[in-house]
Amino acid sequence: MSSEIESTAVILDENSQLTLRELCIACALSAEQVMALMEEGVIEPHRATDPMKFSGVCVRRVRRVVHLERDLGVNHAGAALALELLEEIEQLRARIRRLERR
Amino acid sequence: MEYRDYYQILGVERSAAQDEIKRAYRKLARKYHPDVSKEDDAEDRFKEVNEAYEVLKDPEKRAAYDQLGKNWNSGQDFNPPPDWDQGFEFHGGGYTEADPEAFSDFFESLFGRGGFTQGGFNREGFQRGGQQFHGQGQNTHARIAIDIEDSYAGSKRQITLKHSELGPDGRPVLKERKLNVTIPKGVTEGQQIRLAGQGEPGMGEGKAGDLFLEIVFNAHPRYSVEGKTVYLDLPVAPWEAALGGKVEVQTPDGAVNLTLPANSKSGGKLRLKGRGLPAKEPGDLYVVLDIVTPAANTDAERAAYGEFRDAFTFDPRGSAGRA
Repeated sequence: MSSEIESTAVILDENSQLTLRELCIACALSAEQVMALMEEGVIEPHRATDPMKFSGVCVRRVRRVVHLERDLGVNHAGAALALELLEEIEQLRARIRRLERR
Repeated sequence: MEYRDYYQILGVERSAAQDEIKRAYRKLARKYHPDVSKEDDAEDRFKEVNEAYEVLKDPEKRAAYDQLGKNWNSGQDFNPPPDWDQGFEFHGGGYTEADPEAFSDFFESLFGRGGFTQGGFNREGFQRGGQQFHGQGQNTHARIAIDIEDSYAGSKRQITLKHSELGPDGRPVLKERKLNVTIPKGVTEGQQIRLAGQGEPGMGEGKAGDLFLEIVFNAHPRYSVEGKTVYLDLPVAPWEAALGGKVEVQTPDGAVNLTLPANSKSGGKLRLKGRGLPAKEPGDLYVVLDIVTPAANTDAERAAYGEFRDAFTFDPRGSAGRA
């Protein structure tokens, strides 16, 4: 059985403003777990005072950290480090792709 | 159904100790983790490795698996012998961490489906409303490949989603559904877009989860993107670069007349402010010059290069050449 549905997507970027609750739901984590990642510096709120607001980029960062922890057995700090290195590698790969084309 | 050799997948002997299995798993998980690896089949390999570890890390499941005997080959047609799991109970054993949706038919035929009994509810947000249970549906995550031009103009895509739903008899059935997605302007690689209510359906009156799509750009022969900055390679003839002049450039945003300054260098960048990916603060577009020299095939062409040589006192390997 199949049906067709129309849906408009919303970009999660630097300009999005997610509440803590929205971020928790998007990442399927409890508020405590998200706060722990905040303490580790994995994510930083746009607005640190209540109500906290987070950028849309946080969703991807949090999810990647959670996956790295779950799948590789690293702790918060290790996953946070891996995340930063991965983001740097991504930028470098994009640059290499551009330079190698020439 | 095909037999899966879990020992072979993890690259360990059948006699391997538990800590050896764990070590092998960790190594392979690091290698094929979809967030880390750039190998094309990483995701499939990662699932396979996880499934193997799900069985071999649990002494109970491992013992049951071992009982099938060692004379099976990977990929060989397989049906579990009747009552094969007698004496084993796989209750608490742990579908707790891995994603049970990702396991193979082979795994399911042996150990059943873990997803509906354990996987979901402890991980997703849910709320109790009065007596009845209302659970918010799970969020689903997928990737979508689009062209760079799609991000300039916004685009529509049809995607097909597979998901399992509980049928009338309480057993999960796989359903397909087509979704027409409007992809907003300005998305860039690595970003996610959210489609509200398009994830897994909720339980009771619970809301459906959301669908998150991660954006990947299809490779383009002339454009590339870093964040919101777009780079475009512009091939130019040596005389265009030397003399300067107007050049028409095809950008992802349409044609632009560009004034090339005299004595432009190969690899030089011309910035078109705000013509990168659209956003509140749009990115810039860099036109990267690539001086292309024509081959000298005819006498006239060779003569032209000769005149060229005679007109200059130019040593490309001297200091003037590099300046």
